[in-house]
Amino acid sequence: MTILEDRPSNPAAGDHDRPVGHGRMQRKEDPRFVRGKGHYVDDIVLPGMLHGAILRAPVAHARLVSIDTTEALAHPKVLAVITGSDLQALGLAWAPTLSMDVQAVLVTDKVRFQGQEVAFVVAEDRYAARDALELIQVEYDVLPPVVDARKAMDPGAPVIRDDLEGRTNNHIFDWEAGNKAETDAVFASADVVVTQEIVYPRVHPAPMETCGAVADFDPIDGRLTLYETTQAPHAHRTLFAMVSGIPEHKIRVVSPDIGGGFGNKVGIYPGYILAVVGSIVTGKPVKWVEDRSENLMSTSFARDYIMQGEIAATKDGKILGLRTNVLADHGAFNATAQPTKYPAGFFHIFTGSYDLAAAHCTVTGVYTNKAPGGVAYACSFRVTEAVYLVERMVDILARKLEMDPAELRLKNFIKPEQFPYPNKTGWEYDSGDYEPTMRLSMKMAGYDELRREQKEKRERGELMGIGISFFTETVGAGPRKDMDILGLGMADGAELRIHPTGKAVVRISVQSQGQGHETTFAQIVAEEIGIPPEDIDVVHGDTDQTPFGLGTYGSRSTPVSGAAVALVARKVREKARFIAAAMLETRPEDLEWEKGRWFVKGDPSVGKTIAEIAMGAHGTVALPEGIDGNLDAEVTYDPPNLTFPFGAYICVVDVDPGTGHVKVRRFIAVDDCGTRINPMIIEGQIHGGLTDGVGMALMEFIEFDAEGNCLGGSFMDYLIPTAMEVPDWETGFTVTPSPHHPIGAKGVGESATVGSPPAVVNAVVDALAPFGVVHMDMPCTPARVWEAMQGRTRPPV
Amino acid sequence: MQISMTINGTDVTREIEPRVLLVHFIRDDLRLTGTHWGCDTTNCGTCVVLMDGQPVKSCTVLAAMADGHAITTVEGLANGATLDPVQQGFMEEHGLQCGFCTPGMMLTARALLDHNPHPEPLEIREAISGQICRCTGYATIVRSIQWAAEHPVGATAETTDEEVHA
Repeated sequence: MTILEDRPSNPAAGDHDRPVGHGRMQRKEDPRFVRGKGHYVDDIVLPGMLHGAILRAPVAHARLVSIDTTEALAHPKVLAVITGSDLQALGLAWAPTLSMDVQAVLVTDKVRFQGQEVAFVVAEDRYAARDALELIQVEYDVLPPVVDARKAMDPGAPVIRDDLEGRTNNHIFDWEAGNKAETDAVFASADVVVTQEIVYPRVHPAPMETCGAVADFDPIDGRLTLYETTQAPHAHRTLFAMVSGIPEHKIRVVSPDIGGGFGNKVGIYPGYILAVVGSIVTGKPVKWVEDRSENLMSTSFARDYIMQGEIAATKDGKILGLRTNVLADHGAFNATAQPTKYPAGFFHIFTGSYDLAAAHCTVTGVYTNKAPGGVAYACSFRVTEAVYLVERMVDILARKLEMDPAELRLKNFIKPEQFPYPNKTGWEYDSGDYEPTMRLSMKMAGYDELRREQKEKRERGELMGIGISFFTETVGAGPRKDMDILGLGMADGAELRIHPTGKAVVRISVQSQGQGHETTFAQIVAEEIGIPPEDIDVVHGDTDQTPFGLGTYGSRSTPVSGAAVALVARKVREKARFIAAAMLETRPEDLEWEKGRWFVKGDPSVGKTIAEIAMGAHGTVALPEGIDGNLDAEVTYDPPNLTFPFGAYICVVDVDPGTGHVKVRRFIAVDDCGTRINPMIIEGQIHGGLTDGVGMALMEFIEFDAEGNCLGGSFMDYLIPTAMEVPDWETGFTVTPSPHHPIGAKGVGESATVGSPPAVVNAVVDALAPFGVVHMDMPCTPARVWEAMQGRTRPPV
Repeated sequence: MQISMTINGTDVTREIEPRVLLVHFIRDDLRLTGTHWGCDTTNCGTCVVLMDGQPVKSCTVLAAMADGHAITTVEGLANGATLDPVQQGFMEEHGLQCGFCTPGMMLTARALLDHNPHPEPLEIREAISGQICRCTGYATIVRSIQWAAEHPVGATAETTDEEVHA
């Protein structure tokens, strides 16, 4: 394990066993978790609470002929059975998606994917609810499904969304970025052009805790309390108000401890709505928690991009241009979650870390008879697909030019003096210094030595591969002028109160799913105010207790909410200056700040600590004109730009020539996320993402058969890495602060999930070079690798 | 049917449906919610508890099968206010993020250290290989268990004794 010493961002840390601000410290949330005292949705029990269960469609495409719930209703423990026609009567059969489409809450007309919600049972206990599902009789008229996205636009293809007025095909959207004419011209004059179809298959975030809710509707005062597995409690509250007609001030969404999210818990699923309807119908609280198969088969999947990549270069390896046409499989309902203007998310960051003369992409979205979703699994709004495309294409180009892939990347990086860098598709990269990061990863890996070892092994017929990926992300959505979700601007709020004794509470609008917000955000306040993180409580996950904001996904918590917290702390600090001046009977401009204290310039012995100022503010000190008697503040932060973290990853694999089994021997990750608040937490985020990347590259795949049956509907079939499939990660870092973020931090939560898959696949393809393999699609399972060795590479879909 | 077992050192007797899974008995009947549930197929191991000191996946054990046995859940790991070294190790080495797999991981670690006080990293990885963590990437879990191995219960007292004798 190589962990480079963190920079001394916190000089005070050396004097204490924990930092006053930024630095490694144990997490404030851990004591409850290690005692089994975390509080997740399924741990909630309310008086009189009932249990819900969903009957799901067994086929992918079928007309609903009839539902008979008589027998289920006769079950002694069943209180209600809700069908699509019941919801239709309430105007709740369809709900808006986060992409301006609609999704059926329960089927009224037609089943559109296997696992779709057909009926909802409410019973006294969870076993009885499941029993009653067996008693519902449903007749289906099975229709031919659209499973292959490539055939979705064929003439005569079954029209999936005949519920939409005037719909005659399965087309959702066309979108493009960059300049086509300029790009075509660059390609026409290039020495070398290589093309490759690259498929990023459907995968699933599969958090360890499945999705669930407890709905508690009080019919007396019309108030709904909804405990939910949600990454975005405030956005959910607003959407529930829009869908249900319950006024927003009567809705409280509580997101307690969340057992992993990874984007899976951004959307509003029918189960949440059904729990609410169940509570309204029965007058009692209703809990609904899905099982693992329901999670894998019906909730938000990720990826499913079929990309035609083309890269142009001079013969000496100057990359000139990149273009791609993408076919995006969005499933049966367009329920992806991304800023409205960007139906393909931030895929147009596909120009990567390279200084290109031109770039152009088109993305076409289509409906298929599969579960909806698409933007999930730590993807940073499709940056995952973008990075995979460019980093595979660069490797394929390196092979064509017979250049070392590290050398080719170093030759084409955007130079530090070019930042802020406007890329060819409309982004302005905030800061970057790529070469030192790349060089550090090569040094840590012993890159030249690895290449020598590989050469020797090849001579002996052994298959060793070295894969490189250099990624640049765009995270921290986003500026209100450009970015909204269903009309809600992507800003986040923060409120800070310093109590009279100098202890603080900070209320934030984002929602941890394991990222350690209770620690990190306390550290940000501590750094700015100078009181220990232990004295600062972070409140989150309850819309009645926190300011409005759009939540945690797309690595946006630190870039957006972290900035809000830093600024609200500075606002409090500035207010403290005025109060301190009044207490010291001097002018505010005569005071100077040191961590935790305002003192008189030139006379450091005369000053007031934050605790003293807090007591003064709430006490009897004569306050200056315009200063309220408290030490509180609030802000809403509208980020001026996104942040652009980057990193260099090197993966070393050994492939068994007899079985095609890939062993990840080493993985070196050097990340640059700007200012590092808590290096321990950052390292944890990186480790987790690297494991995702190895999983996607080698194992994870939500596959469908020709009838639209989901073949990845359990952990028996959807394989996730265990401790045996991943190496001991080797991590390092560089620090290039964001120039526009108040503390210079960039998002990091998804960097490794985004950056690592191409490193693994590049390593596998490199190992298979002796067989003439130039590309193979994920997942690189033993069978698929073995086929590639026989000259039979095939796309997974 | 009636079943009796020892949970975290306390005898309990309850009337249950014969089909009730041990994980639901622990969570719903006994309200010990530190034991989690994550799949239906014995793959994920978030539901691991110790039965007579051995890790079992409580989603694949009927409560009736635990009749007459001793069960330890995460709530039984600490000795009063004193954490088990495994619990301390997970905090020291960042062996958890969302906390959902953590109880099962810690119980497996406790069982491992009980019969192998000084495991090699590969032995630790094998021991937890029936359990999935989606957050940590496992390296910090391995380090957490190593930390616990290096800080066994009573280590401070033993060290002092040795120093005295030296």
